Amino acid sequence: MNAMTPQTWIAVGRITDIPRRGARIVKAPGGDIAVFRTGNDEVYALRDRCPHGNGPLSNGIVHDRRVTCPLHGMVFDLTNGETVGPDTCRAQTIAARVVAGVIELANPLYAENASA
Amino acid sequence: MSKERLVVVGNGMAGIRTLEELLARAPDRYDITVFGAEPHPNYNRIMLSPVLAGEKSFEQIVLNGRDWYESHGITLHTGDRVMGIDRAAKTVTSISGRTVPYDKLLLAIGSNPVILPIPGKDLPGVVGFRDLSDVEAMVAAAKSGTHAVVIGGGLLGLEAANGLAVNGMEVTVLHLMGTLMERQLDEAAGYLLQAELESRGIKIITKAQTEAIVGDDKVEKVRLADGRELDADLVVMAVGIRANAELGKLAGLEVNRGIVVDDHMVTSDPDVLAVGECVEHRGVTYGLVAPLWDMAKACADHLARIGGPGYTGTVSATRLKVTGVELFSAGSFGDAGTEDIVFRDGARGVYKRLVLRENRIVGTVLYGDTKDGSWYFQLLKDEEDVSDLRDTLIFGQGAGVVEQDPFAAVAALPDNADICGCNGVNKGTIVAAIREKGCCTLDDVRTHTKASASCGGCTGLVEKLLAYTLGDGYQAQTGDKPMCKCTHLTHDEVRRLILIDKLKSIPAVMQALEWTTPEGCASCRPALNYYLMCAWPGEYKDDNQSRFINERVHANIQKDGTYSVVPRMWGGLTNAAELRAIADVVEKFAIPTVKVTGGQRIDLLGVKKEDLPAVWADLNKAGMVSGHAYGKALRTVKTCVGSEWCRFGTQASMSMGVKLEKMTWGTWTPHKVKLAVSGCPRNCAEATVKDFGVVAVDSGWELHVGGNGGLHVRATDFLMKVDTEEEVMEVCGAFLQLYREEARYLERTAPWVERVGIDYVRARMEDLEIREALYHRFLASQRFEQIDPWAERASGAVDNHEFAPLATLATLAAE
Repeated sequence: MNAMTPQTWIAVGRITDIPRRGARIVKAPGGDIAVFRTGNDEVYALRDRCPHGNGPLSNGIVHDRRVTCPLHGMVFDLTNGETVGPDTCRAQTIAARVVAGVIELANPLYAENASA
Repeated sequence: MSKERLVVVGNGMAGIRTLEELLARAPDRYDITVFGAEPHPNYNRIMLSPVLAGEKSFEQIVLNGRDWYESHGITLHTGDRVMGIDRAAKTVTSISGRTVPYDKLLLAIGSNPVILPIPGKDLPGVVGFRDLSDVEAMVAAAKSGTHAVVIGGGLLGLEAANGLAVNGMEVTVLHLMGTLMERQLDEAAGYLLQAELESRGIKIITKAQTEAIVGDDKVEKVRLADGRELDADLVVMAVGIRANAELGKLAGLEVNRGIVVDDHMVTSDPDVLAVGECVEHRGVTYGLVAPLWDMAKACADHLARIGGPGYTGTVSATRLKVTGVELFSAGSFGDAGTEDIVFRDGARGVYKRLVLRENRIVGTVLYGDTKDGSWYFQLLKDEEDVSDLRDTLIFGQGAGVVEQDPFAAVAALPDNADICGCNGVNKGTIVAAIREKGCCTLDDVRTHTKASASCGGCTGLVEKLLAYTLGDGYQAQTGDKPMCKCTHLTHDEVRRLILIDKLKSIPAVMQALEWTTPEGCASCRPALNYYLMCAWPGEYKDDNQSRFINERVHANIQKDGTYSVVPRMWGGLTNAAELRAIADVVEKFAIPTVKVTGGQRIDLLGVKKEDLPAVWADLNKAGMVSGHAYGKALRTVKTCVGSEWCRFGTQASMSMGVKLEKMTWGTWTPHKVKLAVSGCPRNCAEATVKDFGVVAVDSGWELHVGGNGGLHVRATDFLMKVDTEEEVMEVCGAFLQLYREEARYLERTAPWVERVGIDYVRARMEDLEIREALYHRFLASQRFEQIDPWAERASGAVDNHEFAPLATLATLAAE
């Protein structure tokens, strides 16, 4: 597997492994990744760490395409990691897709390097 | 037209606030470059104390992140100290060698801590308390050393001492004067403060003259003039600050104690301005935050070429930022020709003093109860004649007038009254945000104005301003506000409609009641889940994804993302087998903290999420089940030993407590519920601050409801007296069911009983038909709720996905 190209995708599980409006973590180098499944079976991934107070976003309540952090209640847009409202704070996103029921994440090492 | 170039030296609160004010006035006038000596973006320096105390993270006190600079086209050089100004060439040069030209130069370089000229002052381990690197040094020292000595018992020194004590150090404060914070406090308030700090384990030595700091290659001891020596791994110098005027002096500007400026913040060079703690204005230098805001406005007016009134000086008030200590001080006291009005409440530790001269307030010290601080401060600043108020003045703004109109207090404040001292936001700004920006909640106001966004001390005032400004609009929000922004219906309306329309799922509720969002939000979903569960026991299927994480994983999330585990101990009783099992679990899973709780349980803190099922399995094996310490649920039944052991006990409180807990455990309620049973009126189980308290008397049992400890302590209301244990059980079940069915989600019994009135509750409990029906419904729903959630999950059959990662990509690191 070529880890250094953006086209590298890694299968991490089936979409049915995550409850609707729920999340699970993928342990990865550089920190846990929270993989979310919305009520409409869309899948998104964020670093499992709220940039505001380090809350584990995977433990938040998912509503629409949003998640509310369990520690201090900040609400993040799953599609771009930005907080809802004017507060400026952004959770790191990781590209995710579903292929034939299998969730794939963009190679997290690549994502980490690209954002640096 | 090319823009003028503005260079700002100093990336602190004064400089950046000036830029914010300037951008609000003339967003496109200047090309702006900012130099900061610290490597961080702009942060709230006055909140360093909460950072040291671990109450806030650095991220939480950042005022403007780097994106703010980018979005305003500001060039930011952090970690790059400006070393020189060439006023002839109109350039500044930084330590990294950058030379940047300016048309206007703004100096906002703050102040430096005063370092006493004593032997040993340069030893490693001696720090000031000025910036984040000092805080980091202190936190690091707290990890490795045990003894800290803080030199200086002023505002900064005491905040540092408290923070270090919170970090586990043994702290001694050395103060030269006889009274702590003698510039802000009188002796009485200083005494109360000293007693409070000493009760927290901080040692305080007043009239202490520091002679030397002793040590070979780092700090080891501090020696006083009287020969005493104190062990020290860390010495914090907090004896004062001195305006940082060095750069101005080098550049040949007029410098006295600070860089001298006029009312428009212009130095002796018309193209060089200065603001903040580095300046001297009309012979005065400042070390508090409020003057910065006024200076920033005057300076921005000048830079934007708006002929503002200029800066005329600031009268400052002080609040100590030590959690649990309320202290407010403003103006002066102890001068000749003044009169005092003093109020003391020994039991509550309250001391209030107003200093009057010719019927005008010239100073105030408030300890223990500071809610009238801003009012007094405003009267002081306005030099208002208080003759008419004098009789009730000391009791605060509420006394005498507020009976008829709860908003008279805020209505009476002028627009320039500072509501939020931390962020310098006045009433006018808040009211404008409400009227013009459409802010209608506390959060809106926080977002738009930053008022109440730092220490939160002014939250009540901001809420009153909202209510006052919005009138009926806000009434609708406080009295019967909609559940959340997803609906216009109130909690009570939603509950009624769930029953009337026979709505039995969250999507059904949202559809029938026309929710404005597709799936609700993190606030209405848990409420709906509870209402449905309460309305349709056994029929409604609990939606785990609508529960807060604690209830989802049946443990309490901690600030580091680990969890705490509290096994149930019926009535607070345990035995050798349970304790042995707990001890084994603690060792097996290396659980870092074991704590006895206020509710007579044992709390295991710092359990990793993935370990939870295994921890529970081991506890289950010893017969223990979930203590629901994480839920809006029955938490604990606290008991005293009662007549089984106690010489004074009149009834068997332990067995009564066990019976109550066996009946009530597992129930879900609008908010947490705590019970207690005391075996005699001495009430050792503290039953009169519980949601349902039972106190034994010779002839039976007294039942009390609607109490709680916590932030707003409320003693219970007496409900009724009953004769038998069976009646205690029945009233308890019926009361809890009434609460379950009628209180709003997240409303505890105390505010609920206050809202509906104890007479209403008592009438329900005295009507035997109603009571029996409630009791019956309670027991019926318990049939579905008394299932140990730990055993279900320890078996691996339920919600396994919550505890196991989806995948582990650790091997990828090798690629």
